[in-house]
Amino acid sequence: MNRGFIERVNHMTQHDQTKPQESLNIVIVGHVDHGKSTLVGRLYADTGSLPEGKVEKVQAICRQQGKEFEYAFLFDAFLEEQEQGITIDTARTFFIWNGRQYIIIDAPGHKEFLKNMISGAARAEAALLLIDALEGVREQSKKHGYLLSLLGVTQFAVVVNKMDLVGYRQDVFDGIEKEYREFLGQFRAVPQQMIPVSAKMGDNIATRSSHMNWYQGPTVLETLALFKKEQVRSEQPLRFPLQDVYKFDARRILAGRITAGRLKVGDQLVFSPSNKTALVQSIEGFNVDPPQSEAQAGQSVGITLDEQIFVERGEIASHRDSIPLVSTAIRVNLFWMGRRPLEKGRKYVLRLATREVACEVAAIHRIIDTADLAQLQESQAVAKNQVAELTLRAKSPLAFDLSSSFEATGRFVLVDEYDIAGGGIITELVHDEQEGLREEARQREYAWLTGDVRAEDRAAQYGHRAAIVLFTGSAQTGKTFLARRVEALLVADSRHAYLLEGENLLQGLDADLSAADPSFAAERVRRYGEVARLLIDTGLIVVSTSKTFGINYQRMAEMIRTLVQPAPVIAVHMSRAGEEPPPNTDLHFAGPQDFDAAARRILEELKRRGVLIQPSGTKSTIQYSI
Amino acid sequence: MKHLRQLEDQSVYILREAYKHFNHLAMLWSMGKDSTVLLWLARKAFFGHVPFPLLHVDTSYKIPAMIEYRDRIAREWRLNLVVGQNKEALAAGMNHTLGRDVCCTALKTTAMKNLVEEKGYTGIILGVRADEDSTRAKERYFSPRDKHGDWDFRDQPPELWDQFKTTFPPGTHIRIHPLLDWTEINIWEYIKHENIPFMDLYLDRGDGTRYRSLGCAPCTMPIKSTAKTVDEIIAELRGTNVAERAGRAQDAGRGMEMLRKKGYM
Ligand SMILES: Nc1nc2c(ncn2[C@@H]2O[C@H](COP(=O)(O)OP(=O)(O)OP(=O)(O)O)[C@@H](O)[C@H]2O)c(=O)[nH]1
Ligand SMILES: [Mg+2]
Repeated sequence: MNRGFIERVNHMTQHDQTKPQESLNIVIVGHVDHGKSTLVGRLYADTGSLPEGKVEKVQAICRQQGKEFEYAFLFDAFLEEQEQGITIDTARTFFIWNGRQYIIIDAPGHKEFLKNMISGAARAEAALLLIDALEGVREQSKKHGYLLSLLGVTQFAVVVNKMDLVGYRQDVFDGIEKEYREFLGQFRAVPQQMIPVSAKMGDNIATRSSHMNWYQGPTVLETLALFKKEQVRSEQPLRFPLQDVYKFDARRILAGRITAGRLKVGDQLVFSPSNKTALVQSIEGFNVDPPQSEAQAGQSVGITLDEQIFVERGEIASHRDSIPLVSTAIRVNLFWMGRRPLEKGRKYVLRLATREVACEVAAIHRIIDTADLAQLQESQAVAKNQVAELTLRAKSPLAFDLSSSFEATGRFVLVDEYDIAGGGIITELVHDEQEGLREEARQREYAWLTGDVRAEDRAAQYGHRAAIVLFTGSAQTGKTFLARRVEALLVADSRHAYLLEGENLLQGLDADLSAADPSFAAERVRRYGEVARLLIDTGLIVVSTSKTFGINYQRMAEMIRTLVQPAPVIAVHMSRAGEEPPPNTDLHFAGPQDFDAAARRILEELKRRGVLIQPSGTKSTIQYSI
Repeated sequence: MKHLRQLEDQSVYILREAYKHFNHLAMLWSMGKDSTVLLWLARKAFFGHVPFPLLHVDTSYKIPAMIEYRDRIAREWRLNLVVGQNKEALAAGMNHTLGRDVCCTALKTTAMKNLVEEKGYTGIILGVRADEDSTRAKERYFSPRDKHGDWDFRDQPPELWDQFKTTFPPGTHIRIHPLLDWTEINIWEYIKHENIPFMDLYLDRGDGTRYRSLGCAPCTMPIKSTAKTVDEIIAELRGTNVAERAGRAQDAGRGMEMLRKKGYM
């Protein structure tokens, strides 16, 4: 048993009784066995923050195992952890000091449990990184340091532990400080403090050490108090990723958490990537009096809009003067935790804020060796616990920011099968070919002048929302035939539908185009898309069929989609048996068809998507698919 | 009260993620202070509505006042209450004198497993807090349980930023813990701030004792306390170093670790 411990507890006051005004999450990281858990245990013991009986319980366990008292066992609770003297998973512990509550997350240092360390660090607002004075800077000391910066933890202190084992010598400390600062400098990370301590002996943890008079800086406890609660996020431009849309009662509430900036009642919001706009009518709440008129970063809120626009989870609302980027391709730094390696060409689900989209790895540029950042390897795959630079290509356009400007909308995770297997930050937008059209659609949406009739008024009158049924497929599969059936069936059902045949445009609108012009095909698609957009705006269900204007149908469909944003698109693909449908296909018909059944199936899909509104009573009510 | 708002924002976010991703979702409600705060947070998240059933695992040994409170709140807040009970074990005479682990496992863990299986829930929301005991301190917000309901704490999924584990193989389920970051004091501060109705068993009603944690009558002991208001409870907690669950018998030795591996809440 360690006698120093008893003395200290008796001298300390009971834990701090002032009421905490804020809470700060701190993660403790560093190489295996460098003393993280010991430091946490010591910090609690020396501040009188341990529950009664806890020390006795650990003493009994140590006695039973014939071991010396280990502070680490206070939080390494699992039997396996105590038997092996190693932390397996992070523990959240709480303590209050000087009017602030700290959640201390003790992370494991063993490389086997890197994913647990990452889970702990991702949650932290500041970090302590431990280095054993005797062992010096080791592999995980570097990896953890690099990962902190990747994870966005910029506030941290380096703690050089076990100074008792090196006779509390300043030259040892100075050597480690120099080496580690040089390493951190390569990615511009700067520690707020470098602190020499002995966690086991309690030097410079809660009380100043008498063995190291050469050190004048703060103790670990004082350093915690110096960490700042981040406030700047609410001063940034607005980012409000839509989490869900609720219709529990008369209100249609858009719920989500503001990740940056502020929003107020009356603000105009732009949703990306759909480009829809509306004004904030109210900020809803339960048991909130008076109702909020303004909300800011960090808050989970619910708002109503002045217009019932159709927007979905995953879109990011912002103000018009500072909208997020949109593309299908991004360049990223990623760390991989998957059971199987990340491979080029394989499909993953990308999750960014509330958006989920299928993506694939378009290129692995290099593997970053975290022990020696100068060394870069080429590779076809990224193994577990490696960090890499990649280009990802998403199946549909994604709204995002660069992580250098926005934290929450600049980072993402990749899901492999059932598991979150990687996490990363976005470093660059990669231009894709849709960019010009996307900008055209966006500018058009902003500048479009409308009458007093709103889309929802038309929908209420017509009994359906406007939409486009987009047929794609190879020649001779019966696309046009089926499209005509669908148009007829809709009109017979008193819906307003119109068959838009691409070839017809050649007779008039496209008559000025020359087939010899290299941009002929692309310009035809652009015009076709704009016509479709116009018809959709009149409230029609556009049934679109056309030859492919001489470009492949996948590309054509993408271009049309971009131009008709934000209208609902029901993509129907027809192929001969055995062919793969293009991405984002809603309905796929392969081989010879029962065309009546296929047409009915398409109408079903229109109902399911909330385009066709079931008449109820005399006047139809609008059921948005939420 | 800024830090309470932060806790609330995080819990509400988690609840909304759970509601979005799980078609068969339910929340465990034991009528204690934590799960009642959790229920309140659900009303916050869904603007006065609770869009999933509340499960009460009734061991039959609960204090009678708890059942009255349960039924009153369920009526007033229009809750969809589902009560589960291990009738077989009770009929066979299960009680705590047969061993606390055995009794807890039969009447709580097994009763809950049966209920989850019978109703096909894939997401269960629980009011577990990290500061309750050292195994709960190692929990994730979204924590998978295998086909037997067991917790593989050695291999927990990564949890990055606000991205949680919401996909899982058939036959398994996910436990969702929106209150992990709350401490016992935070719970009381929030009860006070929101004026949430709670059971007066938590207060000293004149005999100089109160309950700090509510479980089954035979295994939960009141503590010595003269706290008659929420403010007095908070003041008392700020001055104490006694663990909350000290009045609970299951927590002795490695009891809780063993129970929780097998699926205990
Ligand atoms: N002499 C000395 N030993 C120490 C000191 N700090 C920790 N130790 C010992 O180092 C060993 C490892 O300590 P832990 O606290 O378990 O290390 P850890 O960093 O938490 O290890 P993992 O969590 O498994 O990565 C234990 O035996 C401690 O007693 C110190 O300041 N001086
Ligand atoms: Mg440890």
